[in-house]
Amino acid sequence: MSMTRSGMTRSGMERADIAFEVNGAAVSVSVPPVRRLSQVLRDELRLTGTKVGCDAGDCGACTVLVDGNPVCACLVPAASVTGASVTTVEGLANGRLSALQASFLEHGAAQCGICTPGLLVAATALLERNPTPSEAETQDALGGVLCRCTGYRKIVAAVMQASQHVNGVDLRLPEAGHAVGASPIRLDGVPKVNGTEKFGGDSFPADALSVLVVRSPHYHAGFSFGDIEAWVKAHPGITGVFTAADIPGKNCFGVIGPFADQPALAEGAARLRGEAVALVAGERETILDLDLADFPITWTERPHVLQPREAKAEGAAPIHQHRPANLLTSGYVERGDAEGALAGAAVTASGAFETSFVEHAYIEPEAGYAYMDGDTLVVVACTQAPYMDRDDTAKVLGLPVEKVRIVPTATGGGFGSKLDVSLQPLIGLVAMKTGRPAALAYTRNESMMSTTKRHPAEMKATIGTDGEGRVTGMVFEGDFNTGAYASWGPTVANRVPVHASGPYATPNYRATGYAIHTNGPIAGAFRGFGVPQATIMQETLYDELAGKLGIDRLDFRLKNCLRDGCETVTGQRLESGVGIGECLEQLQPHWTRAVAEAEAFNATSTASKRGVGVASCWYGCGNTSLPNPSTIKVGISAAGEVILHQGAVDIGQGSNTVITQICADALGLPLEKFKLRSADTAISPDAGKTSASRQTFVTGKAAEKSGRALRDKILRFANVSENASLDLDGSTIVIHQGEATRRIDLAALDTDADDLVFVAEETYDPPTLPLDAKGQGKPYALYGYGAQIAELEVDLKLGTVKLIKITAAHDVGKAINPVLVEGQIEGGIAQGIGMALMEEYIPGRTENLHDYLIPTIGDVPPVEHILVEVPDPEGPFGAKGLGEHVLIPTAPAILNAIRHATGVLVTKVPATPSRILAAIREKEARR
Amino acid sequence: MVRFWEGSGRQSVIRYAKPTTVEEALALLGEDRWRILAGGTDFYPAQGAKPFRDNILDINGLAALRGIAETGEHWRVGARTTWTDIVRQKLPGAFDALKSAAREVGSVQIQNLASIAGNLCNASPAADGVPALLVLDADVELKSARATRHLPIGDFILGNRRTALQPGEMVTAIRVPKRSAVGSSAFVKLGARRYLVISIAMAAARLVIEDGVVADAAVAVGACSAVARRLVGVETALRGKPVSAALADAVFSAPIDELSPIADVRGSAEYRQDAAREIVVRAVRAAAGLDEGKVAA
Repeated sequence: MSMTRSGMTRSGMERADIAFEVNGAAVSVSVPPVRRLSQVLRDELRLTGTKVGCDAGDCGACTVLVDGNPVCACLVPAASVTGASVTTVEGLANGRLSALQASFLEHGAAQCGICTPGLLVAATALLERNPTPSEAETQDALGGVLCRCTGYRKIVAAVMQASQHVNGVDLRLPEAGHAVGASPIRLDGVPKVNGTEKFGGDSFPADALSVLVVRSPHYHAGFSFGDIEAWVKAHPGITGVFTAADIPGKNCFGVIGPFADQPALAEGAARLRGEAVALVAGERETILDLDLADFPITWTERPHVLQPREAKAEGAAPIHQHRPANLLTSGYVERGDAEGALAGAAVTASGAFETSFVEHAYIEPEAGYAYMDGDTLVVVACTQAPYMDRDDTAKVLGLPVEKVRIVPTATGGGFGSKLDVSLQPLIGLVAMKTGRPAALAYTRNESMMSTTKRHPAEMKATIGTDGEGRVTGMVFEGDFNTGAYASWGPTVANRVPVHASGPYATPNYRATGYAIHTNGPIAGAFRGFGVPQATIMQETLYDELAGKLGIDRLDFRLKNCLRDGCETVTGQRLESGVGIGECLEQLQPHWTRAVAEAEAFNATSTASKRGVGVASCWYGCGNTSLPNPSTIKVGISAAGEVILHQGAVDIGQGSNTVITQICADALGLPLEKFKLRSADTAISPDAGKTSASRQTFVTGKAAEKSGRALRDKILRFANVSENASLDLDGSTIVIHQGEATRRIDLAALDTDADDLVFVAEETYDPPTLPLDAKGQGKPYALYGYGAQIAELEVDLKLGTVKLIKITAAHDVGKAINPVLVEGQIEGGIAQGIGMALMEEYIPGRTENLHDYLIPTIGDVPPVEHILVEVPDPEGPFGAKGLGEHVLIPTAPAILNAIRHATGVLVTKVPATPSRILAAIREKEARR
Repeated sequence: MVRFWEGSGRQSVIRYAKPTTVEEALALLGEDRWRILAGGTDFYPAQGAKPFRDNILDINGLAALRGIAETGEHWRVGARTTWTDIVRQKLPGAFDALKSAAREVGSVQIQNLASIAGNLCNASPAADGVPALLVLDADVELKSARATRHLPIGDFILGNRRTALQPGEMVTAIRVPKRSAVGSSAFVKLGARRYLVISIAMAAARLVIEDGVVADAAVAVGACSAVARRLVGVETALRGKPVSAALADAVFSAPIDELSPIADVRGSAEYRQDAAREIVVRAVRAAAGLDEGKVAA
């Protein structure tokens, strides 16, 4: 290091004093003049409401106003705001929420909340000049901000109607006993709109070491380190470099114990591009200015395979020695005589379909920090599964699980990928080894390279019917590219054969799913665990069958759908709660209208054609034939608050609100008395992972049970009967029974260590049965159902698709919170649209958000939702899960609509304009 | 006044300067190698998380380079003029294609920062501004401390990420000859989603229509060759044709030899070849007032 003058940093460039105004207050910072404004706001001024999603202008999360104009703060040099006025999300509320912020809350326009600041700032600029914008004006103004949760429709409505919310937001909560079925403002909503919510990267300690991850640039390569010690010495400010050799525990993690195979830091060889091989920890400014080009590592590229067909070919080198033919595992379901049924079928349809890697593309890249609290390692990070993080982190770092504490921050979207640990063991290792807090926020690029994806599938299937159009048999086989490590590959392999029939009675059936390793990105959990892929195969064949039979496509589905009393392909008899028939029936008038409108349009249009498609879904809630418990603890404090240990991580879907609503009505006290404790593993019991559409059902059931148990305890204490009503008046519980009133003075009673006077803790584990060798059994305690219609227009000259409308009917058993249900539906549809039309992750090529496309605010058409409530006796208040269901029908409905419009089925998704036009041309050539 | 900082990087001294006059900027360019920072919308994405190792000449202090002015022979667009500036400025109808392209560059947030010269200097084959400037016969003003020269756009952008910019030079303006700023124009962008999308292909057309007949035509297509190209065969086919639906036939039967599309994640080469002709038709029809130019996605 050369001489450092006073005021000089190691960042290669002298700092400058830059004075400007933020939210009306004068500020001055001393930073290199080209430092990104987003970093200045977040790191120097601690205004962390401005989010960083990509550092490239692709996501708009960092949108701020500079002199009133919206810009991406990640693209603005600090020097450019000298003397300027900057407005961030923190400046939108002046003591009270702005009309726009209130409107966002009222409409449920914020889910996870990570994109919300950027949207609010961009919309504020629009509303300044146009208080009542049209839909198109709203979309034009917000087209530069990506949202992955909401499907945008509620955002558009919130902006257009902001002027109606000048009196602020109605935060009143429903009365006791009326929480379930109401749609109060989400309980964690206000911080999401005023910029105070703390996500993974928003609360790094000032003295934390920064961590950089050295990653493999190759799909498959051996590596060796040079003189790391000398390299550290040559780089003042670097505290240390850590490799696999430093890992004190078992360097092998994985979400499913028996399949665990992934090192936190690779040992000697990397199996995928982006795999972590070493950590560099140092002072923040040093790390910001660190060029890893001279890091002492030597790579030796090895042959790699990216396609399952290469990976399973004879002679292919195994990616894991103990998994011959690169087969991770397979799932199998057999019922009746599928071959015989197809041989005897009056009509059959066969086909093959291919899908692509899909990136979760949450707008919050993985972020967190770790520190030692005595001999306990504390990891504060975004996650979907705190207890699983705890167990894997403890295993890797050689700690007992009670010496690891996971503190979940708000999570800016997950969709399955934040179930697996990512940076937790890495920052944990640095904190353990250095004794200092260690912080890391993945760049967009490393998030995309190193974390999991949706499995690409290569599927083929045949389905047969009798002459009446009743499905008699089906055979399905699918290869799922599970990438370099197991992750949730086994779950996909198992879930697919169970669900590939769709929600249709299929008496003779054989389905196999294979999870095959390649050197591609790790494929894991993504909203639906392989079922969205399999449903494309099945639902497109259903359209072909209906065509061959000359039966209306919706009627064909109604004729075959499961009903109460039917048996599934695993032989599970569904006694009640089967809502698919009602979903399809509710769609009938919409179907008739849509088909008639398309026909009328097509009668006069030649350059473009309209099409209508329909598809269904079913999905078992919770783990497949595996234990799956949730525990909820709830108590009454001496101060008269209901303390709910809400361990079901809210990643935007709304569990903080829904679980509380359920518990409130079970207990019989109003929502306003509830105070939530977070899913911190040190303070709340394990409510399982936010996955498998299980939280409303499983944790909700636990919340219902614990609410009732707490109520029973209080009633027993008061010696009153079950029909008494409860109330809280300050620190007094007031109990009414008939004319009599009893008062319990909480302050006069003993409290436990948590300061609770009354407390209940209950666990619920859904009753399932294992699947036998033929996949027969009861894999799930309950299923949710749904069906969607897609209406669209295809430009026959360009192959482009314009979506006109999606009509979605979903059987949720009981809508605990209808606005949140709608939010799930719209968000799932948006992801289904992406999967159908634009999303294709190609390692090495689309590792950013401008080459990898997700739907923007202009790509999601109006959505009409129909909430069907066929209660399931197993669910809390009859409720079923729906988080994953909502995505499943969208892509097949769109593909079926494209075929209706054009006469061609595109057999690979995404159905890009290029692929659609190629299919149209091929059909023309066949004529 | 030159505001000037120097710092000591580990490998080398890194300079940063933010001059306030063009002369100062050119003097600095003459004495060292610099990376120019203008709107930042390509600068920062290219930088990613890497540390800065280049001298940086921040031209955001050059007020003289921002804005559109009418001179005797030209419309002169300052190098730092943003896409939003272009959208907001009142300009002849010949600029409608450019304005329409301006609205499609990234997002509003990008349009508020990104400069027109940056779009050219970045030299992406998919630069949305280039076809619209090609149909305006625009040229690029390059200045160094010693000289000023002008190059037609087609001679300035040499290939994918390659320009004719010499050491010591910077782009100071884009000039549109007034004789070309006539007629009506339209721009059509083809992308796989509605907003924030890199074009699969895009087309600009400018038509001069006299007495219901195409007196002159300028047509260009981007993202279907390393550098966006004017389509001479199409232009020739259009000249002299009456404004009618038959303009489409003229485009369909005209030779297009200029394009050499590649296959990438956004589309196949065959698709681009096909789609290019189709969006040219649509741009021509819109410029002729036969229908609305619309984004095809």
